[in-house]
Amino acid sequence: MLQDKDRIFTNLYGLHSPDLAAAKMRGNWDGTKFLLEKGRDWIIDEMKKSGLRGRGGAGFPTGMKWSFMPKQSDGRPSYLVVNADESEPGTCKDREIMRHDPHLLIEGCLIASFAMNANAAYIYIRGEYIAERYALQRAIDEAYEARLIGQDNIHGFPFDLYLHHGAGAYICGEETALLESLEGKKGMPRLKPPFPANMGLYGCPTTVNNVESIAVAGTILRRGASWFSSIGRPNNVGTKLFCVSGHVEKPCNVEEAMGLTFRELIDTHCGGIRGGWDNLLAVIPGGSSVPCVPAHEIMDAYMDFDTLRNLKSGLGTAAVIVMDKSTDIVRAITRISYFYKHESCGQCTPCREGTGWMWRVLTRMSEGRAQKREIDMLLEVSTQIEGHTICALGDAAAWPVQGLIRHFRHEIEKRIDDYAANPHSEPAMLAAE
Amino acid sequence: MAVRRLAPEEIQPKSFAFSPENEVFAQEQIAKYPPGRQASAVIPLLWRAQEQTGGWLPRKAIEAVAVRLDMPDIRVLEVATFYTMFNLDPVGKYFIQFCGTTPCALRGAGDIKKVLERRVGEQSHVSADGNFSWLEVECLGACCNAPMVQINHDYYEDLTPENFEKLLDDLAAGRPVKAGPQSSRRSSEPADAVKTLTDPSLYDGSMVGAWRKRFEEEAVKAVDTGEAAAATATAAANPKPGKPDAGRAIDTEKADTPAKRVKEGEKPVTNSERKEAADTSKTTVAEQKPKGDVPAAQSGKSYVATPSKPEAGRAAAEAPTTPIAGTPPSETTTRRDGSESKPDVVPDPTKKSS
Repeated sequence: MLQDKDRIFTNLYGLHSPDLAAAKMRGNWDGTKFLLEKGRDWIIDEMKKSGLRGRGGAGFPTGMKWSFMPKQSDGRPSYLVVNADESEPGTCKDREIMRHDPHLLIEGCLIASFAMNANAAYIYIRGEYIAERYALQRAIDEAYEARLIGQDNIHGFPFDLYLHHGAGAYICGEETALLESLEGKKGMPRLKPPFPANMGLYGCPTTVNNVESIAVAGTILRRGASWFSSIGRPNNVGTKLFCVSGHVEKPCNVEEAMGLTFRELIDTHCGGIRGGWDNLLAVIPGGSSVPCVPAHEIMDAYMDFDTLRNLKSGLGTAAVIVMDKSTDIVRAITRISYFYKHESCGQCTPCREGTGWMWRVLTRMSEGRAQKREIDMLLEVSTQIEGHTICALGDAAAWPVQGLIRHFRHEIEKRIDDYAANPHSEPAMLAAE
Repeated sequence: MAVRRLAPEEIQPKSFAFSPENEVFAQEQIAKYPPGRQASAVIPLLWRAQEQTGGWLPRKAIEAVAVRLDMPDIRVLEVATFYTMFNLDPVGKYFIQFCGTTPCALRGAGDIKKVLERRVGEQSHVSADGNFSWLEVECLGACCNAPMVQINHDYYEDLTPENFEKLLDDLAAGRPVKAGPQSSRRSSEPADAVKTLTDPSLYDGSMVGAWRKRFEEEAVKAVDTGEAAAATATAAANPKPGKPDAGRAIDTEKADTPAKRVKEGEKPVTNSERKEAADTSKTTVAEQKPKGDVPAAQSGKSYVATPSKPEAGRAAAEAPTTPIAGTPPSETTTRRDGSESKPDVVPDPTKKSS
């Protein structure tokens, strides 16, 4: 188990005050000026050396992302945008940071903006997080008042931080859709290139980072890249917030070292699987977008990017959704499919039409009202959606379905057999909708 | 995607105006964005307008926001219908957003839904007393506290059918309720078994400044450059012997050099021989075809740069298909909005473009 002194989010559960004075006692805002004086290149270099991979799902190295920003301004301002539109089913980590440890985030915003020469940053928080929005705004006001940020602050780098909120669209968690939404439009993703580092918010160079990636920056710089990279396994280093939900005895958020095993994570913090380890059916290890992994493969797997990728899944946002044997796995994935149907922005045809089609076919399959050859048809259609859309929502909609068919095809077939074995008034239908 | 339409005309209010405090709020919001980017404030303003009208967005409110932000009506309408937090129909005094996505469903959201169906009725319908209406929404991001609902601004988590019924009773009776987890939990910690973040030294201020030691050590190292300089000096005084075959390729026997060729007995090239070889009159060249008889290109798509006359054979466009560089958009003769394919549509320059 990770030692308490190596934890970054020391007020994760809100057992202490989120106020500035208490945050300073916990080591927030400690020597920020000293860190900034070490210079822009040192900060980016240290972030690169730390091996921090973005915590928003894709796992792109954060330091490298920062280094893509122009060193010299061509007259356009640069922006940092923090993605706090946390909507991936299973994920609830950024919420805890924003309401309980907001000063880590604000300090991280200052450091990251300094490293990228951005004098303004926007935090885009999801619309439903109303209490969290007020909590974060209160912390920002505190920081302004203490002259930690603002035009004339004690750090000598003019910096404004604004809080912006959305209104309930999952797609706005995609970075270019987020920028569109921030500009006051529908949240429809943009084609890349141009990448946001060249043409982002208002056509200016912009970097979009997850809340957790930004919030850990201050602590990494203080304690050193070597400290951070000594935790975890090669290429998968550091600490990570895991959100464990579903069929465990005690669902919780917890900060742990990357690369601990699934069994350790569940046994140490979550009180075990409901009904014991033999009762485990499958796990979705990284938020609803990644394929599920059956029990025997996940039990002793390391919870990191590379191991889970080799299991044909992914760490994603480290939102671990545990399903025991009482779960109707086909219906569970069907519900996820409905989620993507609901949240598709409608821009690209494969996704707009495909997500609804997959949901309808899966709904019939969960009742057994289908033909066996439709399973292959469903798999094929899912591969037609994957990779044929502007953003990754198409992929995210296809992967859970592919994971279901890969590991639980027998379950679907059993349902179809059961349905066929019993007399019904209406015959099993074929996918022709 | 979901089809979302405005409420029927008969229930739409006749007018909408921002209250004075919301006008102040609007100014604060617009000030967050660079000049000319006031459209960025559209979501906060619509949300505030929705708050003002009691939880839903009438057409007049959408139009008022458009006027306030100097945006075309349709752009604001697009935003209002795209984002699902904007209710286009009236809602109850307590608007319950019930999370039905998989993580909540695994923890028993189905039972909560049954309570809602029994107590409040059908989805998206306001109960007879006007107190409640509910809607199944997608993941609200409180999965460690599943199942949960959002009622107006607050999250109510760790629900069971029993404590949820009690919550609804309390709300209906106007009794105060506790937002957040309805269990003994404070937030998303493991129930009654917090094993982490127990070290008191995290909170007593002893963390502050402890990290500076690392930088001090590094600074000391940097001062110790005297030692390093001495090492360089010794290295220069006693150079390490190189490997036997170290060095550039030209030093080895294998390389093909004039010196090696002489050593092998090859006769060096004399100056007179060199001169003879360079004499152009003695060179043998292929017979050249008489000039002016250039063979025709084998296809029309020749890549040979032959100057062509536009009037010969090729139909010239009546007008340039792309505007001449530097022409202001208002003066161009061509359309740039893709309306060429609709010949009967004439672009109206007076219309405000989006």
